[in-house]
Amino acid sequence: MEMLDRLLAEHPFFKDLDPRYIKLIAECARNVTFKAGDFIFREGDPSNKFWLIRSGKVSLEVFAPGRGPIMIETLGDGDVMGWSWAVPPYRKQYDARALELTRALEFDALCIRGKCDEEPKLGYELFKRFAQIIGQRLQATRLRLIDIYGGRS
Amino acid sequence: MAVAVKPQTIEISADPMVPVPYRVLRVRRETPDTFTLELEALTSAFGHPSPVQTGEGSGVRAFAPGQFNMLYLFGVGEVPISISGDPAQPEVLVHTVRAVGAVTRAICALKRDEIVGVRGPFGSAWPVAEAVGNDIVIVAGGVGLAPLRPAIYHLLNHRHEYGRVALLYGARTPKDMLYKRELSEWRGRFDIQVEVTVDAARPDEWRGNVGVVTTLISRANFDPFHTTALVCGPEVMMRFTILELQKRELRDDQIYISMERNMKCAIGFCGHCQYGPNFVCKDGPVFRFDKVRELFGKREI
Amino acid sequence: MSDEQFIIEGTDFQKLLDALRQQGYTTVGPTVRDGAIVYDEIASVKDLPIGWTDEQDGGRYRLQKRNDQALFGYVVGPHSWKKFLHPPVLSLWKARKNGKSFEILPNRNDSPRYAFIGVRSCELHAIFIQDRVFTNGKFIDPHYQARRQKVFIVAVNCVQAGGTCFCVSMKTGPKATLGFDLALTEIIDGQKHYFVVEVGTEKGAEIIQRVPAKPAQPNDIQIAEERIARAAQQMGRHLDTTDIKNLLYRNLEHPRWDEVATRCLNCANCTMVCPTCFCTTVEDVTDLTGTEAERVRKWDSCFTMDFSYIHGGSVRASAKSRYRQWLTHKLASWIDQFGTSGCVGCGRCITWCPVAIDITEEVRAIRESEQVSKKGE
Repeated sequence: MEMLDRLLAEHPFFKDLDPRYIKLIAECARNVTFKAGDFIFREGDPSNKFWLIRSGKVSLEVFAPGRGPIMIETLGDGDVMGWSWAVPPYRKQYDARALELTRALEFDALCIRGKCDEEPKLGYELFKRFAQIIGQRLQATRLRLIDIYGGRS
Repeated sequence: MAVAVKPQTIEISADPMVPVPYRVLRVRRETPDTFTLELEALTSAFGHPSPVQTGEGSGVRAFAPGQFNMLYLFGVGEVPISISGDPAQPEVLVHTVRAVGAVTRAICALKRDEIVGVRGPFGSAWPVAEAVGNDIVIVAGGVGLAPLRPAIYHLLNHRHEYGRVALLYGARTPKDMLYKRELSEWRGRFDIQVEVTVDAARPDEWRGNVGVVTTLISRANFDPFHTTALVCGPEVMMRFTILELQKRELRDDQIYISMERNMKCAIGFCGHCQYGPNFVCKDGPVFRFDKVRELFGKREI
Repeated sequence: MSDEQFIIEGTDFQKLLDALRQQGYTTVGPTVRDGAIVYDEIASVKDLPIGWTDEQDGGRYRLQKRNDQALFGYVVGPHSWKKFLHPPVLSLWKARKNGKSFEILPNRNDSPRYAFIGVRSCELHAIFIQDRVFTNGKFIDPHYQARRQKVFIVAVNCVQAGGTCFCVSMKTGPKATLGFDLALTEIIDGQKHYFVVEVGTEKGAEIIQRVPAKPAQPNDIQIAEERIARAAQQMGRHLDTTDIKNLLYRNLEHPRWDEVATRCLNCANCTMVCPTCFCTTVEDVTDLTGTEAERVRKWDSCFTMDFSYIHGGSVRASAKSRYRQWLTHKLASWIDQFGTSGCVGCGRCITWCPVAIDITEEVRAIRESEQVSKKGE
């Protein structure tokens, strides 16, 4: 358990979070490993987990009939994966597949939601951090929308 | 009040607007619309007995990483194209050209032994000498990798002079990536971090990262206090890249960008490439970011 | 050279032209054509705009008869001397196919030896400014240089100012103070018509020896100075150049640019008549057989869309950005680029603007808005 606490405290995502809260969330976390090719979740699955990737690479994919799977984002070392657990309807919107051996901390979202309900300050701290992640993803998506490498010609 | 300057007296023969013929040695297709040409000076150019010497007026000219040439296609026109070869081997002139207009399309259609006119090299260079001792982070977008490749060659040729080197490259799709073979060679080295990303891909055609190039910056290994960043790509890509580099606590005077503007002469006479007080052809194309920061955020400068 | 000044009688002016032509100069100067005073080759004093003057204001230029026979009784017209030193169309070189290769034949045509007759002080400054552009940097324009080195300059001091003149603001006139071979002040006083001549160079002194000239008396020189001083008092426009570079740099997003863009027709007239605007484009052409090619350099203007085109579009797509580029280049970034203003206060851009946009008015509007907002603080 102490080991998990330390892993969490050192992660940039939880930077400056009260050690008391770190302890609380650590209670909802466990270490997991995915082999290359494993699906971590699929589109439409209930969203009751999220992950901190410790090492490896995961691709978020959308399956389009006739085109097959399209990778829309890859996540790697240090990235946070999954935020649909935080908002209704709590469903996964993409497929997530490990591209290589991937180790992660997996969080039980029901457990986390419970802790947040008990400790609204923790909920606020956590949601601020997720808002930042969502903002970064949105930004990266928008940049691809305008085709920043000058693909048009 | 204008003050009279005495016009300098020089020999009129050195006309910087006159191109020198080069022969196409090889054409390689990089992407569906982008080609790399290898050129060699013609021995018979202008009757110069031996063009294999460096210097003004000779066929072979030393160049610095980041500089460009004007390429002329007989009767069609002339365009500025950055040099993408190894500065340690100036006898073969390498240019990567994307077919986007009449002249570039014609250049991309050139075959071995055909002739292209060359003027140059022109412009400012990547600060490879000033950056000695520093970590280097190179961020390239699309064909923006081409003007950076001479700098990469230089860094790898003088690897011991630099700290960590990271190359971050983004392209629209795997098919739009330049220099794929070299990229994988560089990835195989232990002394350079290479991260490549594309906007979207199918899993069966791409094993690398998917996402915009700016997302790679948080993964690059460098010490922000002793780092030089070299950035090249479309302006909008450079803008967002600079924001990310600033988040990693790089100062504006540690960041270098390469600008693109319309050019007709490359020697500061035609006026087309003006960027505020700068002429991109002679004050650029490579600028230290703090020198152009005020203009960079303004529209239509 | 001495400080000695001379008098040439009005009736002997032809002899000055003759002396220059005998020395092998092609004499070019003002002449009336199509209702304007333009610069072209002149062989005879009769080619000069004898007895004409020009009335100028924003978007307005009219020739009017004077009540005397002055040779230089006008101010400036739509032409400037750059058309001779920096020709509007110039073949840079030709190329001939030679098997798979081609051979470049640079244009080594001997450029004319011009004698400019009637160069105003603002125009002299415009020439100095273009000297800095073409002959003072890392690269030299050999075509400009060849013409420039050979030119003989007969300056004429302005004894009257035009409605759009502001050389006093730009410190470029009205008196020619340097860079001329000869400088004339035309004096008409009742029946007397003569020129007070200042000699600027050895070349000028040689020419004056071939023309009937007598030493000027202190009184003659004083009259000339008084007339020039009077012109300085008549400036039709004024431009406050205090800290103008920073004023414009810090107002790149000023709403005034939007306002002027609603009037600007992007016709490029201002750049064509401007004596310092130097931008060019090149055209590559071939003959019908495709064996000969040529590169031709032509005056270009930052007001065209093509000017800033890079694959996909123009960097300056809006009229506002193009007007801003022209004005800020002229009055601000030129200073960073070449160490002087790019404006000499000749007023041509005001006169020849079809909608009477006035560079002095635009700067004033921006400057005053800053003062207003400062007061409002």
